[in-house]
Amino acid sequence: MKKVQKEKLEDLFERLAGDGVLYLPLEEDGVVNFAPWKKGARVNLEALNTVLPPKRAIFPQTETYMRFETDGKKLQIEQVEPVEGNYFLFGVRPCDMAGIKVLDKVFLDEPEDDIYSRRRQAGTILSLGCNDPHVSCFCSAFDLEPGFAPDADVALWDVGEVLLWKPLSEKGEKLTSSVEDLLEDASAEEERAAEEQRNSAAATVAAAAREHGWNVEGVEEALQDMFEAELWDKLYRRCLGCGICTYICPTCHCFDVEDFGKWQEGERFRCWDSCMFEEFTLHASGENPRPTQKERVRQRFMHKLCYYPSNFEGLYACVGCGRCVRQCPVSIDITQVIKEVGGVKSGS
Amino acid sequence: MARKSTLLPEVAVVESIRQETPNIKTFRVVSPGGGKPFEHIPGQCAMLSTPPVGEAIFSITSSPTEKEHLDFSIVQTGTVTNYLHEIEEGFEIGIRGPLGNGFPVEEVKGKDLLFIGGGIGLAPLRSFINYCFDNREDYGKIDILYGARTPDDMIQKKDLFELWPQQPNTDVYLTVDKECEGWDGKVALAPHYCEELAFTPENKVTVTCGPPIMIKFVLEALDRMGFTPDQVITTLELRMKCGVGKCGRCNIGEKYVCIDGPVFTYAQLLEMPPEY
Repeated sequence: MKKVQKEKLEDLFERLAGDGVLYLPLEEDGVVNFAPWKKGARVNLEALNTVLPPKRAIFPQTETYMRFETDGKKLQIEQVEPVEGNYFLFGVRPCDMAGIKVLDKVFLDEPEDDIYSRRRQAGTILSLGCNDPHVSCFCSAFDLEPGFAPDADVALWDVGEVLLWKPLSEKGEKLTSSVEDLLEDASAEEERAAEEQRNSAAATVAAAAREHGWNVEGVEEALQDMFEAELWDKLYRRCLGCGICTYICPTCHCFDVEDFGKWQEGERFRCWDSCMFEEFTLHASGENPRPTQKERVRQRFMHKLCYYPSNFEGLYACVGCGRCVRQCPVSIDITQVIKEVGGVKSGS
Repeated sequence: MARKSTLLPEVAVVESIRQETPNIKTFRVVSPGGGKPFEHIPGQCAMLSTPPVGEAIFSITSSPTEKEHLDFSIVQTGTVTNYLHEIEEGFEIGIRGPLGNGFPVEEVKGKDLLFIGGGIGLAPLRSFINYCFDNREDYGKIDILYGARTPDDMIQKKDLFELWPQQPNTDVYLTVDKECEGWDGKVALAPHYCEELAFTPENKVTVTCGPPIMIKFVLEALDRMGFTPDQVITTLELRMKCGVGKCGRCNIGEKYVCIDGPVFTYAQLLEMPPEY
């Protein structure tokens, strides 16, 4: 295992930024979000959840993929190439890394989404283990470890004066050798410290999960028979349909496709969309298979906890980051759903 | 050359346009250099693009046995369809496909087929019907029951009144919802007419498409007539954007209409949540 001295981080960032775009948690006006690093930026490696998940680097909120020109009856269409340069995502929390894996399954499954796939390949992801999870963290409910992201390219652990550094993939190895002069070998003591932190973080979230009854075992199966359950009637009444739960979610991937431009020329883009909105499923005829907020709220939970795992070998499309729980203006809480559904199952 | 995105349409030309009803036109689409933009199987769909007003999904109404073009019968009802209804022959549009699974044309070989269509719902069925007629020996008796609100609302009149009734071992039954001047044919709702005609389920597969309310009553009628859910096939259309299982809006439970459908048996639909 390697390590990098925190006092050398500025040098490391400068190096990475010279080889691509370096996204990392930057603090501006008290808000921490992944943004491109530049000299003097206020890097915050303490914050657990950035407001928006880092998925934006791979699946941008708005992305133009086509340009068109019309001239009388003629139409010209040309593909807009996604920006393909290297980039680094530094300090991605394990839950958010798991979120990227959820997106991978959707976009890289046949037929592969070429726009996503090229962006994904161009990036190297360095994850940062959580030492001190938040009270609203429930990653352990989904068998995720707060201290370690196995799908990252490089795993980092903050052990005081240094970040421990462990390459996990070919990309990670390549990056490691390119910045070797900034790294040192970690001591056995530091490795032990990281190990202890990992275990203690895992114990913290596991204890919280036990205490609150956040157990997803059997939830997928139970939900298969709960399409008409009373639970949805109760839940949706206070939903405002604002869609914030979907925009800040590291696994939400639904998108809209729209044209923008004048008659003669313009572009077609895709942008994040939300199953919370009426127009999401509204037919041109006026029919809507999800006519009220009840069906939309049900869709969101069912997709994450039942439909997605049915399609992807039991993998849940929730990673327990807690963003939607904290940011929903009317406190609709996915952990409550998990609890109730789990409860329904064990009680039946 | 970079790989082509699955979301990127090809340019195609609207070779001809035929007015079917006051609000339905059939568009014949070819590649700019002539010929079919792509091959398909009956029941598959395509995204048609009309920049700068967007893209929408339509079923292909021509049979794959028509070698030179793709036909689309389209109701004027939204932004993209308004644009399509305004253009003239020779206009270029974007096309992306084929999308979806299509009808099980191989699996139902040797069976008698009963097609029940309502209004614009004939559009996807027609692809299958004409495919059967171009491979006539592969299929048994063919019954076609088609209903529209009025005779003026019937599409593909040449098929309905001339071509299909001349086919061997084929019966065509037409009906309108209400009495109207100039129509001396059947007046009945399609599901009622279906029951009156007393089709028998032996060695038969029913393929139906039409307004949701018609489908609902057709399914009930077929059930009373002894058809089992796996003998009934229908095709759905939901709002779609990507057409390739990514954008997340056309799911019914875990199934995506764009890739797992649009063709489902009634037996499959019974396994899915009633959200369509």
